[in-house]
Amino acid sequence: MAQGTQNGIQNPIIRVRDITVQFGATRVLDGLDLDVQRGEILGFVGPSGAGKSVLTRTIIGLVPKVAGSIEVFGVDLDASSTSQRRNVERRWGVLFQQGALFSSLTVRQNIQFPMREYLRVSQRLMDEITIAKLTMVGLKPEVADRFPSELSGGMIKRVALARALSLDPDLVFLDEPTSGLDPIGAGDFDELVRTLQRTLGLTVFMVTHDLDSLYTACDRIAVLGNGKIIAAGSIADMQASQHPWLRQYFHGKRARAVMG
Amino acid sequence: MSGDPKLERIAKGNALALCATGTWTASFAPVLERMVADAEKLAGGPQSIFIDVSEVAKLDTFGAWLIERLRRSLTQGAVEAQIAGLSANYSSLVDEVRRVRATPVTDSSTITITGMLEQIGRAVAGVGGTVAGLIDMLGAVLAAGARTLIHPRSFRMTSTVHHLEQVCWRAVPIVVLITFLIGCIIAQQGIFHFRRFGADIFVVDMLGVLVLREIGVLLVAIMVAGRSGSAYTAELGSMKMREEIDALRTMGFDPIEVLVLPRMLALVLALPILAFLGAMAALYGGGLVAWLYGGVDPEAFLLRLRDAISIDHFIVGIVKAPVMAAVIGIVACVEGLAVQGSAESLGQHTTASVVKGIFFVIVMDGVFAIFFASIGM
Repeated sequence: MAQGTQNGIQNPIIRVRDITVQFGATRVLDGLDLDVQRGEILGFVGPSGAGKSVLTRTIIGLVPKVAGSIEVFGVDLDASSTSQRRNVERRWGVLFQQGALFSSLTVRQNIQFPMREYLRVSQRLMDEITIAKLTMVGLKPEVADRFPSELSGGMIKRVALARALSLDPDLVFLDEPTSGLDPIGAGDFDELVRTLQRTLGLTVFMVTHDLDSLYTACDRIAVLGNGKIIAAGSIADMQASQHPWLRQYFHGKRARAVMG
Repeated sequence: MSGDPKLERIAKGNALALCATGTWTASFAPVLERMVADAEKLAGGPQSIFIDVSEVAKLDTFGAWLIERLRRSLTQGAVEAQIAGLSANYSSLVDEVRRVRATPVTDSSTITITGMLEQIGRAVAGVGGTVAGLIDMLGAVLAAGARTLIHPRSFRMTSTVHHLEQVCWRAVPIVVLITFLIGCIIAQQGIFHFRRFGADIFVVDMLGVLVLREIGVLLVAIMVAGRSGSAYTAELGSMKMREEIDALRTMGFDPIEVLVLPRMLALVLALPILAFLGAMAALYGGGLVAWLYGGVDPEAFLLRLRDAISIDHFIVGIVKAPVMAAVIGIVACVEGLAVQGSAESLGQHTTASVVKGIFFVIVMDGVFAIFFASIGM
C-alpha cells in the first residue's frame, strides 16, 4: 500500500476519541478528538507545555489515560489482545526527541534490533537493508559501525529515523524531529520526511515547533490548546483562523519571515 | 490483495521473464530470499532476462531490495536484466533502493588466539595505566585542595555538607546494623570454640583486638566502597555522558575542584566516623552475645576489655580510615570521569570502581599491617 489510498477519509489510520490525561491534579488533555488519515503528514503544533508530546506518548501507550479510546489501524488499543497490540506496534515506528538510540549498540545493531526481534531474515539481508535504510535517510554506509556517542546531533536523528523505519512501518511518529538541527539540516530533514512519505507510502504524525516544517512538509496541521484540538486543517486554514494563539503563531515575525 | 509471494519463470521467445506476484514485504522475507537465491542461479545464461513486477500486490523496502539484488546478480557482462511493469507507486521506492551501493560487510568479531593474547597483553599493560591514572587524580585533588586553602572562598561548603549527609549520616543505620551482627557472630564463634579449652573469657581479647584493629575499619571501608564509591562513579559518569563536565570546564570551573574535592573531603571525614561507630556497634554486639550466650556479664566483659586492649589498637584502626577513604574516593572519581558515551560504559566503570576500590582497600590494609608490625604497635 503506497500512497495510492489518500482518498480514505472514511477510514482514519489513527482515531482518537475523548482522550483525557491527568498528572495529579493537572489535566493535560481534556476530551481530545483527533483523526489522522492514511498517507498524510500531520503537523502537530501548540504552545510549549500544551501536551503535544503527552498526546504522542498516550497514543503509543507510554502515558496512561484517564478516559477515552484510541484506535490505530482500526484496532482499539485498550480492547486488543497482546498479539493484536504487538502487530500494531510492528506497523508503527517512533522517533523520540533525543533519538533514544541504544547507546551500547552500534548504528547497525540499532537498526537491526527490531528486525532481529520481529523478522526471521538472514544476516546478509539485514545488513543490506540496514545500508539501504541508511542511504534512504541520507547517511553513508560507513557510519554503520559507529556508536551513537560518536555521531553528531543531526546524524543521531537520521539514524533514529532509520531505526524507526527499519520494519517498513505504515505509520511513524516524529517528536520534534528538527529540534536541535541547524536550519539547513532541518530543511534537509523535512525534505527527507517528504521523500520517504512518497516512496514508502508512510503516514506521518509529526510534533513540531518548526514553522518551516509546517510549510514545507505537512499536508495538514492540528493545533493543540487547553487540552483540546483548537483547529485542524491546511496551512491556509490556519492562516485564516481568528484564534488569538494561531494569529500570533502564523502571523508573527517569524512566520512572516518564513513565508517571505 | 495479499497473497504468498511467487516468482514464476515464463519463457518469451529467447527472453526469460521472471514474474513476481503476491506480497513482497518484510513478513515474507525468508521465502522471498530463498526464491531470489534460486533465481540468481539463472545468471550467465544466454537469454536476456527481465523481471516483471506488474503483478506485485504490495512492496516494501525488503521486497524492493530483493528485486534489486536479483537484478544486480542477473546483470552480467553485456546482458543487463531489466525491471518491467513497475507501477508509479513503487517506482520511487525502487529508484531509492537502486542508489544503495552494496558494500561487503566486514565481520570483525572472529576470535583468534593472537587476538586473545593481544587482549591479555593490553589488559596487563592497562594495569600500569590504572595506577598512573590514580596517582594523577591524587595529584590533581591535592593541587585543588592547595588552591582552596589559598582561596578559602572557592571552597564548596554546601556541596561538601550535602555529600557528607549522603555518605555518612545516611550510611549510619546500615553500617551499625552490619557491624553489630558481625560482632555478634565473632563473639559467638569465639565462645563456641574457646569453651573447649575453658578459655571463654579470651573471646573478649579476640573481639577487642580484631574489631578495633581490623574488622571494624575494613568492613566499613568495603561497605562504603560498595555504597558511596559506586554512587560517585555513577554520578560523575552520567554527568560526563551528558557533557555536564565539559560545560563546567568551558565556564572556567575546574571539575576537580567543583565535583571531586567536595566528594573526597566528605568521604575522608565520613569513613573515620563510620569506622568508629561500626567498631562500637561490633563491640556492643559481641558483648551482648558474650553475656547472653557465653554468660560473661557486662561488668566482667568491660574489665577484661580494659585489660586486653590499649589506645594503640584503637589508633591503629582509626588512622587507616581516612587513607582508605581517599583510596576509595580517588578510584571512584577516576572511573567516573573515564565513562564514555554509552550506558554500557557507565555500568562497566561503576563495577570497576567497586571492585578496584575494595581491592585497593585490602592492599592498603596489608601495607598498614606490615608498617604497624615493624614500628611495634
